[in-house]
Amino acid sequence: MTTLIRAEHIAHSFGNQKILEDISFTVERGEVIGLLGPSGAGKTTLVNILTGQLKATGGSVRTGEEGRREPACLETGIMMDSFGLYERLSVWENLRIFADIYRVSGERIEKLLDRTQLRTARNTAVNKLSKGMRGRVNLCRALLKDADILYLDEPTSGLDPATTWKIHQLIREEREGGTTVFLTTHNMHEAETLCDRVMLLNQGKIVEQGVPGDICTRHNSRGEIEVTLRGGEKHVIPNAPESEILLSTWIREEKILSIHSSEPDLENVFLRITGRRLCD
Amino acid sequence: MRHIITIIKKQIRDTLRNKAVFIQFVMFPALAAFMTKSIQIEGMPANFFVKLFAAMYVGMVPFTNIAAIISEEKEKNTLRVLLMADVTPWQYLAGVGSYVFFFCMLGAGVFCLLGEYTLGERGAFLLIMAAGILASLLLGAAVGAGSGSQMAATSVTVPVMLLFSFLPMFSTFNSDIAKVAKYTYTEQIRLLLDSLGTESGPLEGILIIAVNMILFAGLFCLLYRRQGFRQGRPALTKN
Ligand SMILES: Nc1ncnc2c1ncn2[C@@H]1O[C@H](COP(=O)(O)OP(=O)(O)OP(=O)(O)O)[C@@H](O)[C@H]1O
Ligand SMILES: [Mg+2]
Repeated sequence: MTTLIRAEHIAHSFGNQKILEDISFTVERGEVIGLLGPSGAGKTTLVNILTGQLKATGGSVRTGEEGRREPACLETGIMMDSFGLYERLSVWENLRIFADIYRVSGERIEKLLDRTQLRTARNTAVNKLSKGMRGRVNLCRALLKDADILYLDEPTSGLDPATTWKIHQLIREEREGGTTVFLTTHNMHEAETLCDRVMLLNQGKIVEQGVPGDICTRHNSRGEIEVTLRGGEKHVIPNAPESEILLSTWIREEKILSIHSSEPDLENVFLRITGRRLCD
Repeated sequence: MRHIITIIKKQIRDTLRNKAVFIQFVMFPALAAFMTKSIQIEGMPANFFVKLFAAMYVGMVPFTNIAAIISEEKEKNTLRVLLMADVTPWQYLAGVGSYVFFFCMLGAGVFCLLGEYTLGERGAFLLIMAAGILASLLLGAAVGAGSGSQMAATSVTVPVMLLFSFLPMFSTFNSDIAKVAKYTYTEQIRLLLDSLGTESGPLEGILIIAVNMILFAGLFCLLYRRQGFRQGRPALTKN
């Protein structure tokens, strides 16, 4: 696997307010990596630094195998909600501008409009679009060129479930096409369903990173199992010898519907580590 | 070159949607046409309204337009996106600059046709207008580069525009003001337009306009260094 981004000891302050501290991670080619954290954790700030919009006050971001190439060498697609669209121009005109810059054909715009279900809004001025539609126009623009890496800053924040689902579908398609995706979110379901790897960011520090399932297993510190009985009754019992009698009784009486290890989900892992909820 | 054309195309599309800008381009030539045709007073200097409105046009329209375009693009983060898409700041400036220049020259052409001039005078008229529009553009680009939002830009463009437009106007009444006004490009444009058809040498005027341009370009560089096109407003979510 190729390391696309290697971030080392990134730190950032606005004035004397520390926003990010000692952030180190790598992004491998072809993976979807999620940056999960509550509002104000510093996610957007980190994306700004990675995309070269903001100069970090410390640390470095490099790309490529030897970690020598500059991030500017990568083809990058970016979707951020503050990302300017020309308000008075139509959806198509907005995309056309960037298609011209990237030397992309009109056909590709049309295809993207279909994929993002924006065809009906093709000739609508951007200032008449809903938030979700603007988001999709933004996503379209990010997808216009074949990017090595796609940065999506809270692509589904504040959207209805149907639109969210569509956007998730698009992200999956991109990954299948081999695009690397760097996704920020404060929605742990999004992180769990979409990401190969996640980093949990709290108050400017990465408090945990890895494959979502692994993180949850690692934090199953109490070693409990969850037993569901046929009546729908749920019991969480210690995964230890003392549960033996209870379990064997249930088995003998054919009462058990399922047995799971009782791992916390990412939300609970986050709560355990930081004492904070993701969506405050 | 391709990027410059893309920017120009985008600007033209935007103008068709943005009536305020469109009216600005059209208003002064239309006013001049209307006044010239409808008002005829005994003893009025030749081409009075044409020269009056042409001088105002040069001082106001290119200046406010380019400042508004640049500052709006900074405010709405569209300029940042363009720059991230590998459009260089110079390509961007060349794009919006030549768009405003072209449209203003169309207006200048209307003024030129309205005035009663010989062919040679018409050529000189257009050259003078071109020089004035260029100076105006440089000043406007400096204001645009120096302000992070449209509001901020307007709060600068209005007083500056008044200064540059009214100094020449008052200089006709007051010789003290005329001494200061003499060094503004707008005053020199007015004088040059006035001198069309006479034999007075335009050298001083050209020199002052050139110095104005150099100063504005310097101001632009200074503000651009300090503020830049990217750093106008960080692309953060909540502000
Ligand atoms: N330009 C700025 N100047 C000063 N402080 C800033 C600036 N931009 C962001 N901050 C602060 O940095 C912190 C992190 O902001 P950031 O936008 O990165 O958070 P976030 O994780 O993206 O939050 P959200 O989920 O709400 O988008 C916040 O406390 C914010 O107030
Ligand atoms: Mg954010």
